Parts: sequence; C-alpha cells; structure tokens
Amino acid sequence: MKTSTLVKLVIILVVLAIFGAYALPTFIGKQRAKELPSFLPKSPINLGLDLKGGMYLVLGVETNKAVFAQLSRAANNLKKQLLNAKIAYNRVYVDKNNEIVISLVDKNDLQRALDLIQTNFPNYVIVSEGPPIKIRLKEKIEDKIKREAVDQAVNVIRNRVDQFGVTEPTIVRSGKDHIVVELPGIKDANRAVRLIGKTARLEFHLVDDSVSVDEALNGKLPPDDEILYQIKRDPTTGEVTKIPYVVKKDVVLTGDMITNATVRFGGPLNKPYVAFELNSEGAKIFADFTAKHIGKRLAIVLDNTIYSAPVIQSRIGGGRGEITGNFTLQQAHDLAIVLRSGSLPAPVKVLQKVTIGPTLGKISIEKGTKAMIFGAAAVILFMIFYYRLSGLLADIAMAANVLIILGALAMFNATLTLPGLAGIALTVGMSVDANVLIYERIREELRLGRSIHDAVNTGYSKAFITIFDANITTLIIALILYQFGSGPVKGFAVTMSIGLLANMFTAVTLTKTVFDIVLDKFRPKRLSI
Amino acid sequence: MIEIIKPDIYIDFVSKFKVAITISLLLIAAGIISLVIQGGPKLGIEFKGGTSIQLAFKKGIDVGELRKVLSSSKLFKDAKIQTFGGTNKRFIIYTKKSTSSTTKSIEEQLKKVLDKQFAGQYTILEVNMVGPKIGKEFRDKGLEAIILSLIAILIYISIRFQYRFAVGAIAALFHDVLITVGFLSIFGYEFTLDVVAAILTIIGYSVNDTIVIFDRIREKVKTNRKLSNVEAINRGISETLSRTILTAGTTLFVVLALFIFGGHALKGMSFALLVGIVSGTYSSIFIASPILLLFKGQLIPEKKEEESTDRFKQRIEFDMKNLRER
Repeated sequence: MKTSTLVKLVIILVVLAIFGAYALPTFIGKQRAKELPSFLPKSPINLGLDLKGGMYLVLGVETNKAVFAQLSRAANNLKKQLLNAKIAYNRVYVDKNNEIVISLVDKNDLQRALDLIQTNFPNYVIVSEGPPIKIRLKEKIEDKIKREAVDQAVNVIRNRVDQFGVTEPTIVRSGKDHIVVELPGIKDANRAVRLIGKTARLEFHLVDDSVSVDEALNGKLPPDDEILYQIKRDPTTGEVTKIPYVVKKDVVLTGDMITNATVRFGGPLNKPYVAFELNSEGAKIFADFTAKHIGKRLAIVLDNTIYSAPVIQSRIGGGRGEITGNFTLQQAHDLAIVLRSGSLPAPVKVLQKVTIGPTLGKISIEKGTKAMIFGAAAVILFMIFYYRLSGLLADIAMAANVLIILGALAMFNATLTLPGLAGIALTVGMSVDANVLIYERIREELRLGRSIHDAVNTGYSKAFITIFDANITTLIIALILYQFGSGPVKGFAVTMSIGLLANMFTAVTLTKTVFDIVLDKFRPKRLSI
Repeated sequence: MIEIIKPDIYIDFVSKFKVAITISLLLIAAGIISLVIQGGPKLGIEFKGGTSIQLAFKKGIDVGELRKVLSSSKLFKDAKIQTFGGTNKRFIIYTKKSTSSTTKSIEEQLKKVLDKQFAGQYTILEVNMVGPKIGKEFRDKGLEAIILSLIAILIYISIRFQYRFAVGAIAALFHDVLITVGFLSIFGYEFTLDVVAAILTIIGYSVNDTIVIFDRIREKVKTNRKLSNVEAINRGISETLSRTILTAGTTLFVVLALFIFGGHALKGMSFALLVGIVSGTYSSIFIASPILLLFKGQLIPEKKEEESTDRFKQRIEFDMKNLRER
C-alpha cells in the first residue's frame, strides 16, 4: 500500500471514530451512556422543542415604556430643581412625542431655566427654547436605555425561570427588542408565561383619605393623586369586583429594595401570603414613613393593581412586610418568585408562542425516523442493485455521512428538529449523488477502453470539480436559510450544511481511498460497478 | 452492468425546447390562476398571524358536534376545523385571533368552550400562536431569503461560468419556484416556514442539477471546438442524462418516504420538495440549457481568443520562415 493511501485511511478512521464516539450516546441512550469510559463523550443530541415537547416563546419588550419611565423620573427631578432655584412653573409633563414640556409662570425666568437644564441635564437636548421649553433625551441615551431595558429583562426572566425550576432553559435576546425563551418539557405553559411576563412593579402609595372616592371618580381628583383599583374575586361565584382607591401619586418605596420574599401561611383560615424583607435603605425609609403616618392606610400596589391597603398601626422597623390577598398557594409561590427576581424594566408582550406536548414530539420522532429508514433503505438497495459492490461502497459512505452529521450535532451541542430530521433524510438522498457522478464517469472511461486503474482515477478527478460546484451552491443556500430561519428551520439548515461538508469527505475521499486499496491489493480484472 | 440510459445515446433536446416551454408556461399559468382565484398564497399561521391548536380526542367524535360547540363561543365562531389521520380523533383548530397578553391565553379559553361538551375526552397536543407583528417579520425575512439565494446563485455561477449560464440557471430557478408555488396552491397546501425552507432547498437542488449539465456542456466545447452550440448542449445533456435521472430518483425515494410516512407535520414540506425536485430536474434539461442558445456567439469565447493568439503567433512565425526561405 502506498504511504499516501495509508495516511488517508488512518485519517478517515480517526475522523469516523471521533464522530462515532460523539454519536454513540444518542444511539444507546443517556442511561447507558453514563457507563461509558470516562474519556468518551456522554451527552446525546439535543432535541428541539418540536421533538421533545415544551414551549417556545417570543416576547417583545415595550422599550418605549422604559424610556417613558425615565422621562417621568427626570420630569419629577426637574420640578424639584426648579423649585430649589425659585423658578415657578405651571406644568412640567411628558408629552406624546416623548418630550418633556416645561411651561413657566414668568417669561423672565426662561433663560435661568434653560441654563439650569443645560448644566444639570446633560443627557437631554433642548428642542424648543420656548415658551414652553421642550427637551428630549439624546438619541444615543435613548437607545442605551432601550438596550439596557432588554438586557435587564433577559436577566430578570432568567432569574424567574431558574427559580421556577426548568431544566436547560434558553433565554436569549433576539434582534432589537425581542426575547426568545425556550422551556423544554414544561407542563403548565400558561403558568410559566404568566410568571415570566409579569412586570412585577411593586410600589407603596399612601392612601389619600382627605378626598372622597366618589368625588374623585367624578373628576375632582387633586393633581397629586391618582385612582387605583383593588380587584376582588368572589371565591364561590367567581364574580369580580373592582374597588377604587384614591392614592398619592408619590411612591413611598418600590420593589427594587426587596432582598427576599417567601410564602407564609397565616390568618384565621391559614391562607398563604407573601412575606418580604427590605434592604437597609428601604427599611429606614419604611420605618420613617410609617412612624410619620400612623393611622393612615398604605396601599401595596403591584403592576398598578392594589393588593391590600392596611392601616399603619405603628412604626414598622426591621424592614419586614407582607402582601396578603386571596392567593392560591401557586399564586403566592409565583408572586414570591417575581418579587425575589425583581421587576421587569418595561412590560412585555407575547409575540409568538408555540407549545408542544410531549406526545406529539414522540409521534414526530417516530414518523420522522420511520420515513428516514424507508427512504434510506430504498436508496441503499437501489445503489447496490445498480452499481453492485461500488454501490455498496457508496452506501457505506452515506452511512458514514449520517454518522458524521449526528456526531457533529452532539459535538457542537446543536439541536435536532423535525425539519432537521428531514434535512438528514434529504442528505441521504443527495449524498449518493456524488458517487453517482463519479461512477457514471468511471463507466464512461471504461467504455472508452481505459484500464480500470486509469478509469477510476480520471473518473474521480473529472467528477470532482462538478461535485465541488454543486455542493458549494447548495451550501450557500443552506447558510442563507440558517440566517433567516427560526428554531426548527435553523435545524434543517444545520443538518444540510454538515451533510454537504461531510459529503465531500465521505463520498469522495473515503470511497477513493477504498478504491485505491482494493485496486492495489487485489488488482481485479473487472470492476463491480 | 445495469444501465437505464444507453451510453452512446444522443437526444436532440434543443429541438424540443418550444414544446417544453409551452408545457411549463401552461403549468405556471395554472398555478397563477389558482393563486388569483384564492386571493394569493394560503399563508400559514407563521406568516399571517393567528392561532392553531391541535387536539387529540380519546375516541372518534362527530365533527359537526365539534363545530357546533365552537360556534357557540364568540372567540371561535369563525375558527376553521381541519381533521387529519382519518379517524376523527385528531383536529386542528385555526383562528385568526392571537393575544399578546401574558395573563390570558387562547387555549385556556378554548378549553373552557370545549369542556362544556367534551370535558376530559381530549388533550391539547400543540398550540401555535403568532402575533401579527412577528408574522410580518417572517414574511419579510422569508422573501428576503429567497431573493438573497437567487442573487447569491447568480453571482456564483457568473464567476464560475459565463453570465449566459447564470441567466439560464436563474431562469430555471424561477421556473421551479413558480411551479412549486403554483402546485402548492392548486393542491391546497399552506405556506409555512418549513415550506419556504423547502423552496430554498429546491433552489439549491435545481442549481446543483443545472451545474452538472453545464459543466459537461463546457467540457464538450473545450475538447472539441468545432462542435456547434446546439450539438454541444445536446451532447452535454445526453451524456449526463443517466446521472440526472439516477440522482432525481434516489432523492425522490427519500422525499416520497417523507411524504408518505413523515406524518402531518412534514406533509407540506415534503410535498413542496416532491414537486420541486421533479421540476428542478426537468428545468435543468429543458429550460436552463436551451436558454444558452438565446445568446449569440460561441459558448466560452474567452478560450478561443487565447488560442487565436497562439495561432496568430504560429502564423507570424510561419510567414517569417517563408520570408527567410525566400
């Protein structure tokens, strides 16, 4: 045997051994893979959600709301600074175009106000020097707020999912303001969506008892107050009642200062409630505030809904509090999770949701595999029938190709989806194409009266450039497909790409090496082709 | 040796170009008529937004009964019901509605409606909800991917071959995409993401097929400069015919297996592949190659120029020699 042939043979065997080792756990199952020697890989191929069941969720972060919140804070801050500088204002508010509008009482204060804004609000540009003055966030800063809102939302959601207890979740940002969440094997998808999607903005507001609720509802609402509702559900009839409260707009404390939240049981019916702890800063604010407002009511507001509004009996030190409501155990449990993991910087919307039950995944695997086996069997038999031993060799190359695809999927931790399975099947059909090209060429050369040795060599070299061209174009398509596709379609592009690359190796290098060895060793008079 | 095509066969494909293009145009027209009648392609949930919910009942039920229960609710009044598997056990319910709320879900509301009549008799296998915003994104991206693929192919073939080959290949690709889209419409298949993936794969497959033939045509011209363009094309196609048929055959085996055994989830995709592969094989022979003739001049003229320079040198040398001898 020539040295170059020997080297090729060794390379082929090593490559197949490596990919085979990675593919092995998928064939024998996770349990038995554990008993393999320690140097061998043990994880089987990741199955996509469409094959093992679970939930795929695309959320859109309403980043504009995060920007609006930032503007509102700035507007409040500006009011305080204007007062400190003794500049009287009629109104300071955020308008529809995300601009802060400042209308002053006295025109002569205009320049002083502009100076103050310029020195103390470097993140803003003055749109109009007024009156009224209009300022807006610099574009760069606005983009940054949006970007950070999405990043923060990803972190918060990851926290929540981790505490919810899902194995191998994926939470990634996608594009500008989308978040993709994949929860394999999740049973109660809707509960998970509720948990993930809860904004969970916890705020404490003082109830304004000086205003009658009826008058406030009829439009006599003081500018510093707002109306919020408590929602009560009758446990037997399921009837919902909304109770309005007039509360101060000023926020006493927010959920950002919560360090821990747990489910407890108490009250006459031993019902679940959520107890929380504040950090030292929050504890101090809480203690001072409660000391000053004994006898008044404090509304605990979550996402603009009042959960309870207990009367402050005494100064509450130690930074502990509780949220009671008509919770089921599950609701209390989930509320504790969202309080612990923090609030979302902006509300999220469900843009796409796919939930697949585990049974459907099993059916898909069965049917996909069955189709693949039937298709492959037909191809294998046909190749042997048509090209005899050479056909068998092409079949071996095809099997090696599938082995490499499976091994590569496991190696790169890629995901096998149902369209991915179809991609493998298609590769099976197309991978023999290279061998068909070569064999047809060899037959032609033989017909021209060349020796077996020459015919094989020219056959391979003449067919190679065609195989190369054809594979490259298909590879280009597969790459574009990968760019464009969502989960399952990406899987299709991945298996196709690996299959095409592997094809160059198995259908050309592998089969040629075998030919070389056979021709060299046995010097056959006739070629079984 | 088994041969489906006789080795020394020579078929005059070019002369059948007119017949072929008539057939193709008729098929494409049929597809377009079907698309027009149906008001455009039947888009899947991914592209138009909405919700599909797949149900499995323990026992076969009456579809009419299911329809009655659904029509009693406001949300599912306009829902479409599709049954498959032939046992009246599995259904897909489509509605145009979707919800972006994180607290309410459509399937929970469906459950409420169904439980009035079928409580405990069914399970929800799959829920697929796509909001209108994402639907538009998918539409844009899908179209972008198809256009991008065509451009990439055009560039690659222009580099590797002459531009006239690229025009032929692209014409064949348009042919295949139109035929596939038309057939999908005629046979009532939906356009889903999988189907778009299949269309892209068809583009890849068809180019692959076309390249094999083009390579052979080019080789014919290179080895025998006296060959006319028509003859070179006919020979190129004839000599690769057995390969073309064999590869289409093996690929069709597999795709047919996917279509028959792959289950509901792979039906649309494998149908598109089935049509596309047949069309791709046909178009490589009858569309891509004859188009090369629409351009005047020899195939691969660059090479000829080089040779003519050589010949020019020879002629000069020859003349010089004659001069000297004189």
